[in-house]
Parts: sequence; C-alpha cells; structure tokens
Amino acid sequence: MSHTLLVNGKPQEVPAGTKLPGLLETMGVAETQVALEVNGELVPRAKWTERELSAGDRIEVVTLVGGG
Amino acid sequence: MGPPLDKPLKIGSLQLTSRLLMGSGRYASHQEMIACLDASGSELITVAVRRVNLDQRAGTSLLDHIDRKRFQILPNTAGCYTVADALRTARLARELLDTPLIKLEVIGDPRTLLPDPLGTVEATKILVAEGFHVMAYCSDDPRLVATLADAGAAAVMPAGSPIGSGRGVSNPGNIEIARSLVDLPLIVDAGLGTASDVAQAMELGADGVLLNSAVAGAEDPERMARAMKFACCAGRDAYLAGRMPSRLHAQASSPEAGLLGEALSS
Repeated sequence: MSHTLLVNGKPQEVPAGTKLPGLLETMGVAETQVALEVNGELVPRAKWTERELSAGDRIEVVTLVGGG
Repeated sequence: MGPPLDKPLKIGSLQLTSRLLMGSGRYASHQEMIACLDASGSELITVAVRRVNLDQRAGTSLLDHIDRKRFQILPNTAGCYTVADALRTARLARELLDTPLIKLEVIGDPRTLLPDPLGTVEATKILVAEGFHVMAYCSDDPRLVATLADAGAAAVMPAGSPIGSGRGVSNPGNIEIARSLVDLPLIVDAGLGTASDVAQAMELGADGVLLNSAVAGAEDPERMARAMKFACCAGRDAYLAGRMPSRLHAQASSPEAGLLGEALSS
C-alpha cells in the first residue's frame, strides 16, 4: 500500500505510514541542514517522527544556499 | 596610541567588531567566497533559504564551508514577494540555524527588486511578536525607516540603490535624515558598487554596510573584498572624527605672513 506526496512541487510515491525521517531517507536527503514544512506549516525537527504523512500532503524540504 | 577603539556593533543578540556584512551569493565557488570573506574581515555572512534540489544533489552544502565559530550567519527572506512567504521562510530559517536573526525582505516586483514597504512593516510586526530579531531591508525613505524602528525592528537596512545595480547611494540626504531619526543600527544594504560607495555610506552615519554583488561581481573579488574592508573602516572613522565644514572659497593652510615677496615695513 503506497500513496503519493508532493515534495518540493513534484510527486513522490511512498509506502503508507511513512513519516518525515523515512521520507528524507527515501529521497537520499541528509537530515542535518534541512527544514521541513507540511502543507505550509513548519514541522520542528523534534516533531518529525510524530508526523504521519497522508496522500496529497505537500512537503517542502529546504536548505541554505548562497545569497545576499 | 591612536584614537580610542570604536565600540562594537550590537544588533539584537549579535555583537560585531567589523561593520562590513557580507553576502554569500554569486561567487564562482565556495573557495572564492571564503577567500573574499577572509579578505573582507567580515564576521557576518548572509544566506538564503531554498528548496533542496532533489534531482541533482550537490556534493557539499554551503554550511560545510562556513566556520560558525568565526562567522555569524544571517538568513534572509530574499525572493519572497508576499508577507506570507516571508514569514514561512523566516520560520524555516530559524529552524535551520537556531537563530532569532532574520534579514527580512518582502520584495515588490522582480524587475526592480525594490522592497514592498507596507508588506515589510506588516511582516516586521508579526515576526517581532514571534521573537525574531528583525533586520528589515527597506527603501531609503526616512519615515519608513522610523516606522520600522517603531514596529520593533532590531536594525533597519535601507537600500543605497536597487539590489545588484552597483549604483551606490542614490539619495545620500535620505540616509542622513534616516540616521537622525533612529537610534537602532542602520545598515546600508544593496546597490553599493565600489569602495567609495561604502566609505560614503559610512560617512553618512550608517552603522554598517552589507555587500554582495560589489565583491562577487568584481574582476578580482578578493582584492575588492579587501578594498571594502578599508573603505568601511575609513568611512566609519571619518564619521566619528566629524568632517571639517565645507566652504565655497579657499582658505590657505600655510601662513600668510612671511612670504618672500612681502613689502618690508620701514
């Protein structure tokens, strides 16, 4: 059983029951140096394991880049 | 001995000896950026928040190259055109860096990249209420600068001229008036192109300047970074020293008595 999330604007298939750390692992993203939003709301790192993801959830995975 | 040392620049929880703040964008490589930071003497570097590129993961990230014991990191909300996006970005930045500092940018349109003044004030109030130390990028209107100070900003950052334009301080009088209206740190941000622009901003009474394109876009970025360090110190010292009054006509600096051709008095 799997469902589709929208990660950084692109569809991503994950097994049902996937949580945020699992999603990052699936996508090959290191947990350090990223922050996460689900459906426009920041999810603090301490709550990543609590948050179960549902079909259609919009996830933003952001990091820091050069800028002025 | 020399004159007494300058006091440090304090912004919210920050304390800086160097009054030159540096951006980290548009460098050819991380190595070039670090060389420029070293040459500039800066202690603070700005960064932007962006989506992780999930198709093309880069080898190293920006933070791998910045020694956080040496450099304070100031995240920005560059690229945000709405209050809502700026708030989201600020919260993500705080989560990423565990810092209350944010350089708030609410941009009006992509062609001018000039700040949206009303959106900037609105976002400042909300972020201040959430405990952020807001450094508000704004236009050089002195009343807007005063309004942002009243809204609780930790620093105001009026633009010299549009971002990346290299046109210097377009309206020196406005920077001077703004300086006279607010006590909180005033950083001239954006538009500075070369060392004389930096010195001018500091002479007008800015507490600091923030540079990016002027260094990254120079033919020799590292040398320009060093030029900016000296310009910032020179402008600051000139401001603290208090310049001489300017006059229309000459006033001789050598004595007027005792000239060779002088008629002898009998």
